[in-house]
Amino acid sequence: MDDLIKEFLIESHENLDRLERDLVELEKDPHDKETLSSIFRTIHTLKGSAGFLGYGQLEAVSHVGENLLSRMRDGLLVINPDIAGALLATVDVVRRMLGEIESTGAPEERDYSALIQLLDRLKDGPIAATETHVEVSPPAIIAAPVVIVAAPTPVAPIVGAAPVAVEVTPVAVAAPVAVAAPVAIAAPVAVAAPVAVASEHVEQRSSAASDSSIRVDVSLLDKLMNLVGELVLARNQVLQFTSQHTDSAFAATAQRLNLITTELQGSAMKTRMQPIGNIWSKLPRVVRDLSASCGKEIRLEMEGKDTELDKTIIEAIKDPLTHIVRNSVDHGIETPEVRMERGKAAEGCLKMRAFHEGGQVNIEIIDDGGGIDLDRVKQKAIQRGIISAEQAARMSDHEGLHLIFMPGFSTAEKITNVSGRGVGMDVVKTNIEKIGGTVDLQSQLGKGTTLKIKIPLTLAIIPALVVTSGGERFAIPQISLLELLRLEAANVSQQIEYVHGAPVYRLRGKLLPLVYLNRELKLNHAGAVPQEEREVNIVVVQADGHPFGLVVDDINDTQEIVVKPLGKQLKGVGCFAGATIMGDGRVALILDVLGLAQQSRVVAEIHDRNSHLDSAAESRKPQDDKQTLLLFSAGQGTRMAIPLSMVARLEEFPRSSVEYSGGRPVVRYRGQILPLIKVAQYLPQVGAQVGEDEDAAMQVVVYSENGKSVGLVVGRIDDIVSEVITEKRHAYGNGILGSIVVQDQVTDLLDVHSVIRASDPSFNPGRGTPSAAA
Amino acid sequence: MTPTKQFATFTLNSLFLGVDVLKVQEVIRYQTMTRVPTAPAMVEGLINLRGQIITAIDLRLRLDLPARPDDQLPMNVVVRTDDGALSLLVDEIGDVVEIADESFERIPETVTGVVRDLVTGVYKLDGRLLLILDTEKAANLPMASTLALVSAKN
Repeated sequence: MDDLIKEFLIESHENLDRLERDLVELEKDPHDKETLSSIFRTIHTLKGSAGFLGYGQLEAVSHVGENLLSRMRDGLLVINPDIAGALLATVDVVRRMLGEIESTGAPEERDYSALIQLLDRLKDGPIAATETHVEVSPPAIIAAPVVIVAAPTPVAPIVGAAPVAVEVTPVAVAAPVAVAAPVAIAAPVAVAAPVAVASEHVEQRSSAASDSSIRVDVSLLDKLMNLVGELVLARNQVLQFTSQHTDSAFAATAQRLNLITTELQGSAMKTRMQPIGNIWSKLPRVVRDLSASCGKEIRLEMEGKDTELDKTIIEAIKDPLTHIVRNSVDHGIETPEVRMERGKAAEGCLKMRAFHEGGQVNIEIIDDGGGIDLDRVKQKAIQRGIISAEQAARMSDHEGLHLIFMPGFSTAEKITNVSGRGVGMDVVKTNIEKIGGTVDLQSQLGKGTTLKIKIPLTLAIIPALVVTSGGERFAIPQISLLELLRLEAANVSQQIEYVHGAPVYRLRGKLLPLVYLNRELKLNHAGAVPQEEREVNIVVVQADGHPFGLVVDDINDTQEIVVKPLGKQLKGVGCFAGATIMGDGRVALILDVLGLAQQSRVVAEIHDRNSHLDSAAESRKPQDDKQTLLLFSAGQGTRMAIPLSMVARLEEFPRSSVEYSGGRPVVRYRGQILPLIKVAQYLPQVGAQVGEDEDAAMQVVVYSENGKSVGLVVGRIDDIVSEVITEKRHAYGNGILGSIVVQDQVTDLLDVHSVIRASDPSFNPGRGTPSAAA
Repeated sequence: MTPTKQFATFTLNSLFLGVDVLKVQEVIRYQTMTRVPTAPAMVEGLINLRGQIITAIDLRLRLDLPARPDDQLPMNVVVRTDDGALSLLVDEIGDVVEIADESFERIPETVTGVVRDLVTGVYKLDGRLLLILDTEKAANLPMASTLALVSAKN
């Protein structure tokens, strides 16, 4: 295609993007003169180029748009939703025409008379003109002549100035504010001069900005990255040789090569980094249009626009982000009426944050809408056969929320053409995982939803751990790596346990499922149960937040490797994320930890295993008669007990350490503030506040749930017994669960939950609270 | 001057095949390959070609022919496809032949199976048939095997 036309297309697309942003901005701040001027200039340029290149229809549409904007610029019209809508529609039309030019060389012959008439009518809107003219105070009238001077500067034809002047002056004269008129005519000279200088200034500044950057073809940058990748591989090979040869001059040169390559790699990667603001810039319009069509009011806040990402990542997350935003607007945030009913502000807030942390890019999308109804989600999942009712009951809240990422899921009542077809969220998750990222969802019913996306900073060159298994070498991306374990040959049989036939290892108290790489990949020596004599090397990795152990033959070292994609013939193989060339020139495969986890059913298995363990624990209880109880007295003469399993710790605090917060007694405990509950207060049957011994320390039973703790102040901690419980009598209320006989004495079983709730109703929120610091 | 085309030829089992010479990037002898565990059997492995990682496909298995005897090392015919370079493993390399277009014929009924799908036509040379391989189709591994792989994964 002609270079000139290519240039025109690139520039016009950029201009249209800016125009779109400006229009949305202008709607928010209708009197912002700079934005208005920018919009006018853009359309004017478009019209000029279109005319020059002979695109008649494009020129015609731009021309009518320009007329409308000219009125606005002259202060005769103020933007309103109709005008904004029409102008945005014009942007869409122009975009389509540009697309047609790109594909077929010329815009399709269409009838644009409707749009042209609309723009024309809006421009003339007689009521609009005089009314807004009155509203538009003197400053705007003075503005008119000022702009006349500024306009001709970028655009050569002085002819342009004349018709505009003719248009304005009659209106100015007709203005009800007649006093202003002479001011307007007198003003031009005085006011024009500083403005002319100002506009020159602006032009100089902008030309300085455009000089320091240069437009480069993306394919050229890709080629550059490839070459850098090759250089990294060659560098790796050279480094391998230096370890074998002891020539110091060679070693020094190799080291220099190493340093230069690392820096070159860093700089080359930077060339491909773009600020995330580039894709965010489209969102204000998306939110505006969507909230208008859904009848909602939504404010979009964006933080971290300058956060930089590799271009390929940006391409990959563009659509997922848009989908998430649309979901929030369509389903998340409620209509103003509903919001007010719930005591929220009528305007909903959608916040987007992006920042670098821990070698990854974090993107958060937070809305203060209605949150996700966990029960409905579970119901739908059961209905759609994604999970069974039992699984739903055993699921944690976090897992339940993540059900929406399952294929074929959608709780939308109505399927709009915006969202609700049940294909969105799982595609979002897949796309993000394809580039090595993770998605996490948190939500509170009635309060809002937060979606967190984490993506590794670079795809091409990554640090990896090299392992050997079954006679082959594999690379494991460091980002999936948690830790390395080595079991001595002698301990293997003891330390590897089997739960329902699947091997696990107890790592600091938690069960870690084990996957034998040789078995999974059907390599040599596969199927053979690890011999007793051999030590076992376990690479602890995590997939989708679930850790598991990968058993390999040997662990080699960590290296930076260049990720090369696998050919399409190997797309179906889930265990490998790519391949790389090692220092000795041979090809090694890069493991896809998530794919391995799915193939070996470790991910699904983890759920099952937990539920198995839970049910095993539950089935034990009825048969186990012996219970371990903590005995204490709450006041004079009362014997009470609570199951020891509910006790986190037993503590003693001097009475002097009690402080008051919000009228409640608290103590500082292990870096936290521990609220105190005087158990005796909540047991009506205990005698009136028994005079407490002022000097004695307080005996406190610390109880924890969901990460929050509370201290139950008791009279005296007596004993811990493990006994078979005989007679039981149930009693409800008064803070007592019932009475039992312990050590031949009647003892009351404390109802911890009701006492805590009586003291602080907000302690047990019921559902998992999203942790603030996550 | 009658229009002609040039083909790079090679033998596979008892078949004599040819590929448009313009599609052939290079021909090299057997290279050590890295196996890809759990990949379809016809994917023999990956080779390092001057820094590029190329997938090597055993053309015998691709055409549903009996496997090569173990002691026979294949040759690599590296072809250019829409998705990048691909190596086809063949028995022996033949010459580059130049043939007149008019000798092109449709594939005879006697040829059946996968070979029929992947061959665009034949040329009659003295005494034998040259089957022209469609490299793009050969590069697309059959859906059945990938489907089986996907379902096994799930």
